[in-house]
Amino acid sequence: MEARIFQEFRDIVGPRGLITSLEDLRTYECDGLTNFRVLPRAVLLPSTTEQVQSVVRVCHRERIPFVARGSGTGLSGGALPVENGIVISLAKMNRILEVDLPNARVVVEPGVINLDVTCRVLPQEYFYAPDPSSQSVCSIGGNVAENSGGAHCLKYGFTTTHVLGLEVVLPDGSLVHLGGKCLDAPGYDLLGVFVGSEGTLGIATKITLRVVKRPECTRTLLAAFPGTNEAGAAVSGIIAAGMLPAAIEMMDNLAIQAAEAAVHPNYPDCGGLLLVELDGPVAEVAELMQSVEAICRENAATEIRLARTDHERLLVWKGRKAAFAAMGRISPNYIVQDGVIPRTALPHVMTEITRLSREAGLRVANVFHAGDGNLHPLVLYDRQIAGQEQAAEALSYKILELCLAAGGSITGEHGVGEEKKRMMSKMFTEPDLDTMQRVRCAFDPLLLSNPTKVFPTPRLCGEKPGEYVPHPLEISGIAERF
Amino acid sequence: MLETNTILEELTAIVGPANLRAAAREDAVCGVAPQFIVEPQTEQHLAAVLSRVSAAGIAAIPRGGGTKLDWGNPPKRAGIILSTARLNHIVEHAWADLTVTVEAGCTLHSLQSTLAKRGQRLAFDGLWPERATIGGALSTNDSGSLRLRFGALRDLIIGVTLALPDGTLASSGGKVVKNVAGYDLPKLAAGAFGTLGVITRAVFRLHPLCRTTRTVTFTSASWGDMQQKLHAIQDSKLAHSGFQIRGHSGGPPHADLLFEATESGLAAQTELLQKLLLSESRGSSIPPSIFVDSSPQIWQARQNLFSTRQKESVIARFSVLPSDLAKAMRWLDPFHSSSHANWQAVVQATGIGFLRLDADPSELPAQIFALREQFERAAGSLVLLRRPESLGSLDAWGNPGDALPLMRAVKLRLDPQSTLNPGRFVGGI
Repeated sequence: MEARIFQEFRDIVGPRGLITSLEDLRTYECDGLTNFRVLPRAVLLPSTTEQVQSVVRVCHRERIPFVARGSGTGLSGGALPVENGIVISLAKMNRILEVDLPNARVVVEPGVINLDVTCRVLPQEYFYAPDPSSQSVCSIGGNVAENSGGAHCLKYGFTTTHVLGLEVVLPDGSLVHLGGKCLDAPGYDLLGVFVGSEGTLGIATKITLRVVKRPECTRTLLAAFPGTNEAGAAVSGIIAAGMLPAAIEMMDNLAIQAAEAAVHPNYPDCGGLLLVELDGPVAEVAELMQSVEAICRENAATEIRLARTDHERLLVWKGRKAAFAAMGRISPNYIVQDGVIPRTALPHVMTEITRLSREAGLRVANVFHAGDGNLHPLVLYDRQIAGQEQAAEALSYKILELCLAAGGSITGEHGVGEEKKRMMSKMFTEPDLDTMQRVRCAFDPLLLSNPTKVFPTPRLCGEKPGEYVPHPLEISGIAERF
Repeated sequence: MLETNTILEELTAIVGPANLRAAAREDAVCGVAPQFIVEPQTEQHLAAVLSRVSAAGIAAIPRGGGTKLDWGNPPKRAGIILSTARLNHIVEHAWADLTVTVEAGCTLHSLQSTLAKRGQRLAFDGLWPERATIGGALSTNDSGSLRLRFGALRDLIIGVTLALPDGTLASSGGKVVKNVAGYDLPKLAAGAFGTLGVITRAVFRLHPLCRTTRTVTFTSASWGDMQQKLHAIQDSKLAHSGFQIRGHSGGPPHADLLFEATESGLAAQTELLQKLLLSESRGSSIPPSIFVDSSPQIWQARQNLFSTRQKESVIARFSVLPSDLAKAMRWLDPFHSSSHANWQAVVQATGIGFLRLDADPSELPAQIFALREQFERAAGSLVLLRRPESLGSLDAWGNPGDALPLMRAVKLRLDPQSTLNPGRFVGGI
């Protein structure tokens, strides 16, 4: 990259907004998925939408690929820099711009931390529902890119359900508004396409969120089972009884041990632990919680505990939310996987994971969002032992193939990113992927925005039908193209 | 063009002679007459037909039950009606996983009856369920009262298969509730008015049917008062599934709340609502009248707006911020200034409203322009759904904003020849 371009970047974001020294760039060479690393040519930290636009315009003119980055907590390498590209960090754009509770809307910049949205509206008893385990550090911009989930999306929906409007800098530097504070803006639902597009369609610079009134009460139950099959049967029983809990989480024995070692949530020592949370009106929740208890007992629960205080409830969740990081207590290294299966396939898939784990000689701990069939197998290994890392990677991909064979998905909430783009052709056909990429070409015909992610082979947008350049007569509204 | 026998022969060869017929007078779309009706029996056939007509420069108008075919702008061309009537199977109801895979031509009623056998439902109360199809409801982004609690169809759809004008059959999403692999094209297809591809099948997440429900109705003295109550209810711990406000030019508004809960839950919720309404009305001379067991028929109010004998009625869908509701109702004042004009509305607590305007057709275009401008100035929108043919040249959509060039670019990538529903969507798409 030429010196004049660095100078131009410096003029846009100021000397403190540009990082070019090798040691500082190292911070940005990976995200939460640390086994892929690429050093960017520069990192830019714009503080306004205009600055983002100016930076992207330079990239467009000079054909420099760029990767937007929030807090860098992603687990699929979505924010991994690309060769000869720059990273645009949105960390400085971290203001909550508007809180409009009569309409339950909050407008934020992309660098705002997920939990800070809830903290801001909690005094009026509202909350922002999507709650990824990293919610105390991850950014809303990153959540939008990944369509982040979390334990409570079983009832409340994912990020996409809670994003109503976006201001987006397109890969040519122009600014568009998708959706808005009101529902159903006329036109295509490009907002729905943008959320979860993993930074490949542009950069969101302003985000209108929907917040939710806190329910009258929340009750959390812990149930211990001999194994995950019994716990899984209880989950099916709860769903079959017509209940929609706020969350249903499951952990196997290895995951329980790790959580105990890390944050001492005082979990019962068992083969399968279920965490069921119901929320809503007091009378309703009390009645339904009795049914949940009965269903757990019918499915051989050995111990049932109701969290009696907020403190107990938080401790129960602390253990669950710390489960990934807790693996560090029982293994030097681990890979977090993120497969999805139809819930009914759980017993079969669990049996197969145990078999594969034994064959590979590697331990696998299991943490699930059991209500929606989202598995997080954690493959434990030791990088110091020759060949183990490769074996662990191979095992984690085999688990994903298992999920696909069961009719599921390769990712429920972590995204495809760099890590799983090769798996995409196992889940989708060539025409499926090609159609998605035609949409991408409409947003980013030069393939500059996070160009190497999500798709196994980037589709060149080509001349046919070509980048659409409206005729000046169309722009002025005098003529239309049909 | 279609008279050229080769194309007709080719289409017949694809779908069989029983599934192709000449169009009749009632097949016209907003006054534009198509020449043939093609009813493929498989999605492969549908894609092949689409590809063939697209190559020949013939326009295709996708049609499900035909209940909302008069929404949107009149098509610029209408070569064939591409009907999904025979693609009406429920492919898989994975009841234990709370999902269903259904072909686009299945009616809402037929789908819901099948799901109900397992105590489940698609949490969507669409218009004319006996005739309307899944594909049509998705394409037109229809949404009813349950949207408040369960979201719109865009939030319930988890997978889609689209037939594109080049003959591609492309799927995105999947069969599981939670899935972020690839772009969310189900959302792009929802509300696209069939201008990007023809939806041939969809996968939805389901919800349990509720055993006990109750509808509570109350009145308010004015829209201002109603808006205050709306805010108090939305800001409360009540867990209602639906909330609609009914009103007309000649009287005070009524509100209906739908509760779905256990028996004890219903009792507690009703009591809470009554307390809340009484405390909101303190200081007012007229206490609110509350009916705690309204007929479920009351939820037909939105659909009833469309049942008018007056040929000159206009039906529109608007969107405002809930906090602008009372203000928006004042924008309707010009519609009851004269004895000949009046309006009726059913507004959801989400800010989506359905409006019927009966007025002098010669004055309507100007009045609608003025009304739309007010909605748009408040960040909202006003979309015409049904109107007399004399108003056919009025744009149905209003201002699509600064993303219009991007929308055109998406259209160009998926339907470069403008085969599908030409001219019916925003900005002439």
